[in-house]
Amino acid sequence: MSEVEVASAGEEIEVGEWRRVSGLSIVVQGVRTLGSAIIPAAFILFGAASSEDMLGKVAPYAIPILLFIIVVNIVPAWLTWYRLRYKIGANDVRLEQGILSRSARSVPYDRIQDVSLEQKLIPRLLGLVEVKFETGAGGKDELKLSYVSEDEGERLREVVRELVEGADEAAMAPAALEQGEKPQAVAKDTASTLLFDMPPKRLFTFGMFSFSLVIFAVIMGVAQQFEMFLPWGIEDLVDRVVEDEQIREATGYFSSLGFAAKVMAVIYALVTIIVVGVASGVAKTFVRDWEFRLERTGKGFRRRRGLLTKTDVVMPVHRVQALVVSTGWLRRRFGWHGLSFISLAQDSGKANHDVAPFAKMHEIAPIAQEAGFSLPDGDEEWRRPSSAFYFDRGLIQALFVAVIGIAVLTIAAVEASGMVPGLFVIGGIVLAIIAFIAARQYYLWHYDRHALDPAQILSRRGWLAPRTQIANRVKLHSVEIEQGPLGRWHGYCDLVFGMAGGSFAFRGLSVDNAKQLRAAVLDSIASVDFANLPR
Amino acid sequence: MDDTELTQLDPSYTTVMRIEGLLATLPFVIGAAVLSIAEVVPAWVPGVPVLILAIILIGILPLKRYRTRGYDMSSDRLRVVKGVLFHSDTVVPFSRVQHLDVEQGPLERMFGIARLILHTAGTHNSSVTLPGLRHEIATTMREDIRQHVKRESM
Repeated sequence: MSEVEVASAGEEIEVGEWRRVSGLSIVVQGVRTLGSAIIPAAFILFGAASSEDMLGKVAPYAIPILLFIIVVNIVPAWLTWYRLRYKIGANDVRLEQGILSRSARSVPYDRIQDVSLEQKLIPRLLGLVEVKFETGAGGKDELKLSYVSEDEGERLREVVRELVEGADEAAMAPAALEQGEKPQAVAKDTASTLLFDMPPKRLFTFGMFSFSLVIFAVIMGVAQQFEMFLPWGIEDLVDRVVEDEQIREATGYFSSLGFAAKVMAVIYALVTIIVVGVASGVAKTFVRDWEFRLERTGKGFRRRRGLLTKTDVVMPVHRVQALVVSTGWLRRRFGWHGLSFISLAQDSGKANHDVAPFAKMHEIAPIAQEAGFSLPDGDEEWRRPSSAFYFDRGLIQALFVAVIGIAVLTIAAVEASGMVPGLFVIGGIVLAIIAFIAARQYYLWHYDRHALDPAQILSRRGWLAPRTQIANRVKLHSVEIEQGPLGRWHGYCDLVFGMAGGSFAFRGLSVDNAKQLRAAVLDSIASVDFANLPR
Repeated sequence: MDDTELTQLDPSYTTVMRIEGLLATLPFVIGAAVLSIAEVVPAWVPGVPVLILAIILIGILPLKRYRTRGYDMSSDRLRVVKGVLFHSDTVVPFSRVQHLDVEQGPLERMFGIARLILHTAGTHNSSVTLPGLRHEIATTMREDIRQHVKRESM
C-alpha cells in the first residue's frame, strides 16, 4: 500500500484512484472509545480515593493513567485510518481495511441499491458523514465509509449514483434492443419536487399520538447501571421504603383520606403517567423526525430527517417492492395514517422505509402514485378469509387462557382452602378474556380481507388499527400454499408470497380461493420478464 | 397447473431417508443400551421408546414423505409439493430464479440421486429444495431452467 499514491480527502473524486476517509474520523473514533474508557477509569480512581484517605497516593497516577488511556485509544484509531482506503472504480467500489489482517471488499455497481448518508451527533459536530452503499444484503455486509466530510459525501453519492445508473443502463440495453425500443433516456438528476414534509406543528401532533413510557424504563435502566456509584442502591431504597415506616405511613395516610381524595390521588397518578408518556412521545418524535422531507428526484425518492442523527436516504423508484399503510387505534379516529415502503435496502435496521409516517390519506395517495402503486379505490373485489380459520384460532387462544385460568383457580383455591369471593373475581376475569378473544376473532373475520387487481395484490388486516399492504404482482418471486393439520381438516390454507425484502401473506384462505389467486398471480409473474420491466 | 398429476421422486429416495432415519436413531439406541447396562431402570424400559422411535423414523415416515412429495415442471415454472403434517405447495416461475444448485451428499451419491435447489430473491422461500431426483434428471432440469434465468434487476 505504501507504493500506491493515496489521495487525501477533500480533492475532486477521480474514478480509479485510491482514497482515504477524513482524518477527523480518528477524533470521532477516539472520542467514542475514550468515553467508554475514561468514565469507568474516573470512577475507579474516585472509588479508590474515597474508600480510604488515599487521595494523596492516587493523585500522582491519575494523569499518567489518563494519558495512557488516551494513547491506547488514539493509536489504533490512527492505524485503522491509515490502513483504510477505498476506490471508486470503473465497475465497482472497493474498500481495503485492517491493521494486521487485511480485508478487501468489492461491490459491483449493479448490486448497489442506493447510497445513503448518516450523521450521528459527534460526526455532525465535526462536519462528517457516514456513507453507506446499500446492497440489500443487510447489516454487516454493507460497505460503509466512516467518515468523510459532508461535501465529499455528497460528491461521492453523485459520482457513485451516476456510475450505478450507467451500469444499469448498460445491462438494460440488450434487452431493450430485443424489444425494438430505444433505451429510455434517464432524466438528469437535477429537478426535485417536494412530496411530503413535516413542519414542527405536524411533528407535535404526531408526538401527541406516540404515547411512550419508555422514559421510565430508561431511568430505571440508567439507575441500575450506575447503581454502584450511587450512595444508595435502588433495591436498598425499595427495601427501605417497604420495611421502614414510609410505606406504612403512606398507606396510613392514603386510608385516612376520604373517598373523594382517594379518587383524586389515583387520577393525579394517572394524569402524571399520561403527561410523562405524551411528553416523551413528543420528544422522541422530534429527535427522530425533525425536518422530515421526502422529495422526488430524477431517479428516486430522497428522504431526510433527524435532529441529533441526521439521515439522508435515496430509494430508486423501481426498487420499491410494496407499500404498507398503517395507523394506530386512536390516530385513525382523526384520519392520520403512515406510509412506508418495503424495499431491498434497509432503513437503519428496519426493513420498511418510513416515507410519510404521519399523514392524511390525501397526502399519501400522490406518494403511492409516484411509486407506481394505486391505493384501493373500492373497485377491487375484496374477499374474506375462511371463517373456520378465525374460529380455530379463537378456540386455541381461548383454550390456552382457560387452561391457565383453571390452574390459577386451583392453586388459589388450595391456598385459600375453600371458596372465597376472590376466586369468583379470577373466574370472572378469565371469562372476560375469553369473551374478548371471541369478539376479536369475530371482528377480525369481519374486517380482514384481501384482493387482486390487474397489477397488484392487496391485503387489509387488523381490527382497531388496520394495516393495508399493497404489492406489485410482477415483483413477486414465488407463491406457496401452506396448510397445517388444522387447516387440512377445516379446509383453509395460507397463501405466502416470496417478496424481496419483506413478507406478504394471505392467511386463512379457503383452498379454492388460494388456488385461483395463485394461478392468477403466477400468470402475471411468468408473463413478465425482469429484463423487460420498465425501470 | 394445480390439477396436473405430480411427478414422483426416485424410489431410492425412500431408502436414503430410511438410512438417515437409522443414523438418527443410533444415538438413542446407544443411550438406551447404556441405561440398560447401568441397570438404572429395568432393562426393557428404555427399549420401548427407542423401538417406537425407530418404527416411526425408519418404517413409517420415509414412505409417507415419499408419497407426499412430488414436483411438476412446466414450460415456465416449477411446482414443488411436500409435507406429511404441514403441507406446502410452492410454485417458482423460472424467470425469478437467481441461481441454481445441484447438491449431492455421500449417501445420495451412493444411490445416484441429487437435490435441485432453486434460489430466488424473495425473503420467504429464498431457496426451494427439491430432493430425491435422479442425478441425470436433476442436471437436465437445471440446464432447462438455466435457459430462463435472466439477469437480476429488482
